[in-house]
Amino acid sequence: MNRGKSLFLVIVLLFFCATAWAETIKIGAVVSVTGAASFLGEPQKNTLLQLQDLTNAKGGMDGRQVELIIYDDESDVNKCVMAARKLLDQDQVAVVIGPSISGNTLAITRFFSSAQVPLISCAAAEKIVFPVNPWIFNTPQLDRHAALKILQDAKVKGYTKLAILTVSDGYGQAGRAVLKELAKAQGFDLVADEVYSPKDTDMTSQLTKIKGVSPEAIICWGTNPGPAVVARNRMQLGLTIPLYMSHGVASDKFIELAGEAAEGLILPAGRLTAVDQVPDDHPQKTVLTDYVANYSQKFNAPISSFGGYAHDAFLLVHEAVTKGGSANPGDIRDNLEKISALPGTSGIYSYSPDNHNGLDEDAFIMVIIENGTWKVVP
Amino acid sequence: MSFLTVIDFSSLLQYLITGLTLGSIYGMTALGFTIILNSTGVINFAQGEFVMLGGMMSVYFMTALGLTEPVAVVLAVLGTTVIGALVERLAIRPVRQSPAINLVIITIGVSILIRGLVMFFWGKDTHVLQSFSGDTPIMFLGAAIMPQALWVLGVSAFLLVGFKFFFSKTLHGKAMLACSFDVKAASLVGIGVERMVLLSFMISAFVGAVGGVILAPITMTSYDVGVLLGLKGFAACILGGLGNPFGAAAGGIVLGILESLGAGFISSAYKDALAFVILLILLFAKPSGLFGQKDSKRV
Repeated sequence: MNRGKSLFLVIVLLFFCATAWAETIKIGAVVSVTGAASFLGEPQKNTLLQLQDLTNAKGGMDGRQVELIIYDDESDVNKCVMAARKLLDQDQVAVVIGPSISGNTLAITRFFSSAQVPLISCAAAEKIVFPVNPWIFNTPQLDRHAALKILQDAKVKGYTKLAILTVSDGYGQAGRAVLKELAKAQGFDLVADEVYSPKDTDMTSQLTKIKGVSPEAIICWGTNPGPAVVARNRMQLGLTIPLYMSHGVASDKFIELAGEAAEGLILPAGRLTAVDQVPDDHPQKTVLTDYVANYSQKFNAPISSFGGYAHDAFLLVHEAVTKGGSANPGDIRDNLEKISALPGTSGIYSYSPDNHNGLDEDAFIMVIIENGTWKVVP
Repeated sequence: MSFLTVIDFSSLLQYLITGLTLGSIYGMTALGFTIILNSTGVINFAQGEFVMLGGMMSVYFMTALGLTEPVAVVLAVLGTTVIGALVERLAIRPVRQSPAINLVIITIGVSILIRGLVMFFWGKDTHVLQSFSGDTPIMFLGAAIMPQALWVLGVSAFLLVGFKFFFSKTLHGKAMLACSFDVKAASLVGIGVERMVLLSFMISAFVGAVGGVILAPITMTSYDVGVLLGLKGFAACILGGLGNPFGAAAGGIVLGILESLGAGFISSAYKDALAFVILLILLFAKPSGLFGQKDSKRV
């Protein structure tokens, strides 16, 4: 009997030790792997999975293994809501990364405030972080930063009359609002304000109208394939008015679609777009080269700035957990706000209680498309 | 968005050229609808997908099999024609005796199936097809004409003339028309009605694919371009009078021009809606369409 009791005790003790060893840090993620926003979510999912493996191979975060629970919201807001609920209620994660798009993010923010779990979104709408919700953060550069960068370049070139051509979806209209506000504030004359639909295959009417008011530059704000059509139509109409694009097309796919028409176009882009041209002494250089090397080695796909948003979110969680020594949701939130000057792929992050985006317009560089590749504008 | 832009000639000409180009494609799609409608009484909602297949198959043949563009384009058109025949043989013929509404719904199912298969095998990306004779625009009175637009107009005109000849002078064409007038009478005089139905699907697929192939260099192509094109082609059909091939072509051109002018002078954001609003207004005024006969029944 005595031997039986002690054997039982040993087994129970071993069981407790095992569970203590098995205690992982649960990080949830909901991204749009399929659906209209799959160009965002697929690289984000790949990046997160790879980072999980790399982190665990190096001993995990704060000595504990990372368990990534990732759901696909299929670019659909209802599925996103379901996934968020599941992560919070069933999986009981410590922090959530994502969603990929602004509409989905805004739909789930209230769950995180009430569950008191931090959310680091990979979407860029201003509404996500202004006004600041203590539990909601985001990693991409804001539309405002991109618009400021473009207008900076326009001012340097001496343009005063601008035309804008935006897509009618959430991204385009957010850009339009910011452009109108900033152009007016900086004294530009907005002579045309045209809109096109996401599925439009011909923008010659809009461009003809713009041509009629002779602007000194056109700013096109949208995501593929629309801006490629705009670029091609501009060439087909024989126009030479300088054309700016938004960071939404800072991908090789745009150059592929627009072909010859992409030559000479200027846009703001994250430094991931032209890693080789980033000076070696730039604080972001190491993070950038590591990400590019790891990603292209494992996945046979070109590097994407959008995947970088998820990379940075994971990096921020890593920093918060390691520096703070805790994986409690509340502690992670507090420690995120203490992060200062952390180099990521999209920029150098400095969070604070009233800044949950962490970036400014220096997170962007201006690039020009020359000979089918990106060239940094000095 | 300005309601009253300065109406200068070169802008107007540009809108007309764009409208004419797109309108030709709507017209060709509408022609495809009309051919099948005339010989089977069925509205084939998969017509838009035939247009999509023309462009997508060309891209596939060029990228995956490395063929040159002329070869890829010809193969794509032939391939889509074969698919048209398959659609008729597998989806329409077995249920030939069903009421027309069932067949229409089946064609909707076929369109979803084709779209899904293309998405599954060739992805959701947008693809580029090279223009047939380069991209340098030809300036004409202040407006720019793309060489590809000339291809569109030229091929459409050629096809229209060809079909006029086919339906009025050749035996097969006249036989198809006979089927559309009265199926029983046609079979009584020895016309193989089943074969005519197959031929009509093949011709419609051919016309759709040609339209898709000449349009793809202008608008790029992806798995879902067929949806809106099919819808507008159908609208063009109705605009010109359902069942009238000349009306279908004319309806397409009218629709294209009105859409382009509307986008230029009224609002670019609501371009698609404008096309359908015009359709509604016209149908209220003349229900049988621009060139349609008033419906009459023999007593």
